[in-house]
Amino acid sequence: MPRLILNGLTKIYGRLTVVDAIDLTLEEGEFVSLLGPSGCGKTTTLRMIAGFIPPDAGTIEIDGKVLSAPGSVLPPERRGMSMIFQSYAIWPNMTVAENVGFGLELRKLPRAEVRSRVGAILEVVKMSHLADRYPSELSGGQQQRVALARAIVVEPAVLLLDEPLSNLDANLREEMRFEIRRLHDEFRITTVYVTHDQAEAMATSDRIAVMNAGRIEQVDAPHLLYTRPRTRFVAGFIGRTNLIEARLVQGEIVFDTVALAASRLATPPQGGDGAVLLSVRPQSMMLRETRPEDANGHAVLPAEVTRRVYLGETWDYLIRPRDSAIELRVSAPPTQVHEVGQAVWLTLDPQQVVIVD
Amino acid sequence: MPDSGTLSARGPAAVAGSRRVTWLGRLRNIEPVMLLWIALIGVLLFLVAFPLAKLFVVSFEDQRTGAFTLANYAFAYGRERYINALVNSLLLGLASATLAVILAVPMAWAVSRTDMPGKGLTWATVLGAFILPPYLSAIGWILLAGPNSGFVNRFWRDLTGFEAPLFNIFSFEGMTLVIALNSFPLVFIFVKAALDLVSSEMEDAANILGAGTWTAMRRISIPLVMPAILGGFILVFLEAISLFGVPAILGIPARLNVVTTQLWQFFEWPVRVEVAAAYAMPLLMITAGLIAVQKLLLARKGFVSQTGKGGERRLIRLGRWRWALFAWCAGVGLLAVAMPLFVLAQASFAKAWGRGFALDNLTLANYRLLIFEHEMAMQSVWNTVWFSATAATIAVLLALLIAYIVNRRLVPFGDALAFVAMAPFVIPGIVMAIGFYAAYAAPPLALYGTAALIILAFAARFLPIAYANSAAAIRAVHPEMEEAARILGSGRLHAVWRITTPLVRKALLGGWLIVFIVASRELSAAIFLVGPRTRTMAVLLYDMSEAGNFEVLAAFGGILLVITMAFVGIGMKLLGRDFMLRRG
Repeated sequence: MPRLILNGLTKIYGRLTVVDAIDLTLEEGEFVSLLGPSGCGKTTTLRMIAGFIPPDAGTIEIDGKVLSAPGSVLPPERRGMSMIFQSYAIWPNMTVAENVGFGLELRKLPRAEVRSRVGAILEVVKMSHLADRYPSELSGGQQQRVALARAIVVEPAVLLLDEPLSNLDANLREEMRFEIRRLHDEFRITTVYVTHDQAEAMATSDRIAVMNAGRIEQVDAPHLLYTRPRTRFVAGFIGRTNLIEARLVQGEIVFDTVALAASRLATPPQGGDGAVLLSVRPQSMMLRETRPEDANGHAVLPAEVTRRVYLGETWDYLIRPRDSAIELRVSAPPTQVHEVGQAVWLTLDPQQVVIVD
Repeated sequence: MPDSGTLSARGPAAVAGSRRVTWLGRLRNIEPVMLLWIALIGVLLFLVAFPLAKLFVVSFEDQRTGAFTLANYAFAYGRERYINALVNSLLLGLASATLAVILAVPMAWAVSRTDMPGKGLTWATVLGAFILPPYLSAIGWILLAGPNSGFVNRFWRDLTGFEAPLFNIFSFEGMTLVIALNSFPLVFIFVKAALDLVSSEMEDAANILGAGTWTAMRRISIPLVMPAILGGFILVFLEAISLFGVPAILGIPARLNVVTTQLWQFFEWPVRVEVAAAYAMPLLMITAGLIAVQKLLLARKGFVSQTGKGGERRLIRLGRWRWALFAWCAGVGLLAVAMPLFVLAQASFAKAWGRGFALDNLTLANYRLLIFEHEMAMQSVWNTVWFSATAATIAVLLALLIAYIVNRRLVPFGDALAFVAMAPFVIPGIVMAIGFYAAYAAPPLALYGTAALIILAFAARFLPIAYANSAAAIRAVHPEMEEAARILGSGRLHAVWRITTPLVRKALLGGWLIVFIVASRELSAAIFLVGPRTRTMAVLLYDMSEAGNFEVLAAFGGILLVITMAFVGIGMKLLGRDFMLRRG
């Protein structure tokens, strides 16, 4: 049975529909990220789940019980959830241990048990030695660990995280990503994680819901989002891609001078003939100086290098197929050097070409 | 899972059941904040809106019949004497504000931008002038520059042999000087805050193009802070036209009538409150209008903060000129604080102040009289302390609640609440008092002369100070602080009590102290409302000044200052040296 169900959830501010009829289901113990650019409605969605914002339409259910519906919202304090805020919201007037023990005290646990559970969770987040410090004496990363401990120690039905790493510097952010996933693997708390950083979402999540303009565009495991994007937005937002306008004509996908057998795509098109949009990742194409002898079903076309940028880990080439108006971005390993203006052969694997909406 | 027992469901029946509960839950889930909101609207109507409305209505009413009439206006503006008082007030405001700007701008520039020595002393001067009540300052200046026996004039006569006094404090110029010396801190605080935001690079850019220090100041720094200077000018102007004590003490003996002293005369028997209300309207309009202008001026702060980052701040090295500036600051300090305080202190310990400093002239009799024998003095001290403390408590609590529900957007039209809470800022104290008199002095409430009326008037008058303070404090607490407590299971009121209150406690204490201090020296709002037994120190001091016993008067002023200083000291100890002078 699913733990958390969002059903047609909608929020409207004035004439702006910030969250537009979202459906999302989380299984118990699942870690799902809401990923999208700023203003896409992901934080509003999270705050509706927490009970801080009432929905204008739709419902939020936990374990089959309706928590939020228009006109009837269970206040946050009665939801048995916990949340980690962008600002951490560590109370500066309480010590680390008092911060972490706050939720347990509210649950009227005996003092001894509060102490032992606070001690145990501080051990887990490696903060035991700072239990009696005040927040102003802690670094950003340490405050983050206190926030994590405070949220986890109450064993919430759902854990909500609102861009928790956006205030940390790059190195610490990477470390905390793995820390969050490690804690999830240890406690298996059902988690909703809001972020605009795709690397963060990929490192932590079981599934990612990509949001745009108030709607969920696609919900999938991280690797599927990358290899099988379903919409133009997802293809462009997750990683980089080449979007190519093509036509489907009698089982062949045609663009420019290229024709690919539609049946060779990983997910062959269902509909009839007409215009289609292709997403081709820069990593899925290869450049050669000579024409490859065995095409192996790949499309092979002569082309020319028009621009290039060296990025250290890769060469980033801009390639124009011969007699063509389009330009394609191709990533190549640092050892593959081609000069601007040089003629090359471009190979394209139909298995890695995806049709998007 | 703490709540898994209640949250787990057993099939579709449980879902349907929970629907029923949520319908009931709607009532249960209504937050108590709506009730609070309604209560606050009631309190604000009572404290602010009703007295103001009553003031307005009364000015158009026949006193006996209550019928609509314009006769009050005809009477109030029907005599040359009354019109002259209006003109005098405007001239006094302009002259005082001009002088205050001349005194304060060089000081602000020196403290903010240069390496002038003795900045601590300058700060002390500003704070001292800020704390010294204007009516005490006026009394001090009578001792200094009374035409016949003032120390300055006696010294002048001894020095030159001339008969005519050097300076007669009972004059328009005398009032201007005392008001300017007393209110220049308003300009100083504004201008210094603005100058603090001007990056040195602004001046460097002028220097590199060939401008010297003097030119850079004149053409760059000062124009950049012009809105602040004008803002301070307006505040001093408004302070001057709404002041009662100084014109009453210095103007009436010189037969100089201004609006506030004329209002006072309308309140002499028989009380013509409806005429006073009509006569107070220009004061109210001018104040409201100029505060609006001042807001506009300061809202264009793009002027100063356009650079975003403050940039580097480097003090200008003045060389020998720094002593000239220091002399200027010291001179203002002497005139505004040191000299009046010194002569007041001397008089308070003297048998006869005119005899000057001699051992056989020393006595504690003045203090003994006030503390042990005077029938009203100690009563007025007690009145002052508990009226001010109660008013400050009411104002701060009210302000905190309003600031909270406005800032957290808990209710519709919260901004309207904030507006009403800030409205008394544009109402001169004396006008406020007339409104309270008109609204609550007569039956059914019949509060005239009671402590309650004075406390309510004080609370309403200083609500804006408390509100500005509370709003800043609440803004500084991130809403996520409370949300973090709520998601862990604490209700809104519990979260406010456990999390927000401890975080704003210190700021609220500061607000309370400031309201207490300004309320404890308030004269103009109190003078129309007190009864014989509810007189405050300020009112009693004014009553005593009419009797002219300067030694006892000075001693009583000393007691008032000691009490004020004690609270200022507590504030500085708890909240930092400049807690009264922060702009905000």
